[in-house]
Amino acid sequence: MRDFTDADDYEQGMEHIDPEIMTRVLGRASDYNPEDYSDRDVLDAISSDNVGEDSFGALLSPAAEPFLERIAIRAREETMKHFGNSVNIFTPLYASNYCTNRCVYCGFNSGNDIKRAKLVGNEIDREMNAISSTGLREILLLTGESRAHSDPDYIADLVSRASKYFSNIGLEVYPMNIGEYRKMREMGADYVTVFQETYDTDVYRRVHPSGRKRIFSYRFNAQERALMGGMRGVGFSPLLGLSDFRKDSFACGLHAMEIQRKYPHAEISFSLPRFRPFINHEDAENSVTESKLLQVAMAYRLFMPFAAETISTRERPGFRDNIVGICATKMSAGVSVGIGEHSGAEKGDAQFDISDPRSLEEVMNALIANGRQPVFNDYVKV
Amino acid sequence: MKKLNDDLLEIGGRKFRSRFILGSGKFSLDMTRTVIENGGVEMATLAVRRANAGGMENILDYMPAGITLLPNTSGARNAAEAVRIAELARELGCGDFIKVEIIRDSKYLLPDNAETTKAVKLLKARDFVVMPYMMPDLSAARDMADAGADAIMPLGAPIGSNKGLLTREFIKILVEEIDLPIIVDAGIGRPSQACEAMEIGAAAIMANTAIATSRDPASMARAFRMAIEAGRLAYLSGPGRILEHRAEASSPLTGFLEDR
Repeated sequence: MRDFTDADDYEQGMEHIDPEIMTRVLGRASDYNPEDYSDRDVLDAISSDNVGEDSFGALLSPAAEPFLERIAIRAREETMKHFGNSVNIFTPLYASNYCTNRCVYCGFNSGNDIKRAKLVGNEIDREMNAISSTGLREILLLTGESRAHSDPDYIADLVSRASKYFSNIGLEVYPMNIGEYRKMREMGADYVTVFQETYDTDVYRRVHPSGRKRIFSYRFNAQERALMGGMRGVGFSPLLGLSDFRKDSFACGLHAMEIQRKYPHAEISFSLPRFRPFINHEDAENSVTESKLLQVAMAYRLFMPFAAETISTRERPGFRDNIVGICATKMSAGVSVGIGEHSGAEKGDAQFDISDPRSLEEVMNALIANGRQPVFNDYVKV
Repeated sequence: MKKLNDDLLEIGGRKFRSRFILGSGKFSLDMTRTVIENGGVEMATLAVRRANAGGMENILDYMPAGITLLPNTSGARNAAEAVRIAELARELGCGDFIKVEIIRDSKYLLPDNAETTKAVKLLKARDFVVMPYMMPDLSAARDMADAGADAIMPLGAPIGSNKGLLTREFIKILVEEIDLPIIVDAGIGRPSQACEAMEIGAAAIMANTAIATSRDPASMARAFRMAIEAGRLAYLSGPGRILEHRAEASSPLTGFLEDR
């Protein structure tokens, strides 16, 4: 059975780079057994000055569950040391929901009967204007994964327009080649987030039955290609709950750490999405509870204390407001996930429902009331 | 001995009574003013990337009048980027002081001395008062001084670590060899560590995390102020030598000699 981890599986136009990081990460992740850890291992990890790979594994293990409060105290210390009480605020802009993949867990699945649309011309500016008028200075541009409906030129145009309104621009689109990333960078993009979804190649193959996304390794190497294309930062995440969330988080941490070692200047960030009900599949089960999600977030914080962590509007307000006091450093606010929804002209369906519908002002007020400092702008374009 | 009242820190033609420079990136903006007042602070840094003039939650709106702003070039990864950020700071009305911060390492945030030296030269040519953040290395500090630096800002320990004067011996060397104010920047986590840095001849201390992560930032700012003053006074007073091996007799052992 092919696992699509080899360049021989690549479709035409997919660029091959040395897969040394993937080989190392998958090799070490396959040896990780969350059941191998004891209370002692967890306590050692909590008190360790320098949380290495093994301690990271312990912090993600079931043995760590009774120690969440202790881990939280340590995680909060690390967050304060590296970020103070700052919380970066951004909002996503869903520009297109056309997709050629058939991810079995996703509302944008090409076989899912939803209203498809993409923003064009003045619609893009109208949305961006609506967002920037709230004071936000960071935007995350998202599209479904269709190189036909949202080709690189379309995305480059999105970035170019965004650079008139925003000082920090992230991309969450299909994986690209180095030259395409370089072009996005030249247009003004700063960082690239690619969710690997799962690092378990068997599960990956099952849940991505067709489309370019089924090629595991091309996706895995996207962050490295983005950095080779000049991006300032890269983001990582599995979709927690798609497979064994502990193993996936462990592999994701190793992935990020290996990239940071090879590209020391890269700004690293983790996202924390968990499997949620999605359009036409509202009864989807979620096995990753809030405490498990927090455990993962805190393990990332202790393993890579300098990395940013983003908490999405898929989580309820009470969870988001508290996790930023412990380990998350970045949150979206004033979120609209429908195509065209920011300017009140929705023309396409959303990928998922959000659980924090608060306005930007409400999120800001909650942060300030909890002693946090919202930061809109943390980058100078040079 | 110089009295503390007459002992002013001079950088870029400006005189400062306070030797406590505040880093401002890690606490709530509304706390900035309180900390500045309690710490007797006359110079405070700010990240240009956060000084979005006209934007919401702009740190510039929270700086009291009379404070000398020390914008930093954080986010710069080479000399050219540092220069562009410095020019932007000037356009934003932050003045001519600039702290050069060039970092190509997202994990430890350790500075790149070679690029920093280049930036010092470029910024002096543009009439900035240049204060480079650097790894305490004598050759690099000499290069920065030759390039026109107005002060040198060696790190005591990695940023945010609160680990204190890990580089003590190297900072001492800079104090002895470089004829510029040596300002310990990064890693100072306790007033006692600030005091120690001042005792060995540092001209000033920059701190942020130590105050931001304390339970009571306003009181901690006061503690730093007092510690820095105590350390400076001790330095000016010429601390007694630490005796090694054997105690010295208070009456000299060779006092019986009559030179006949």
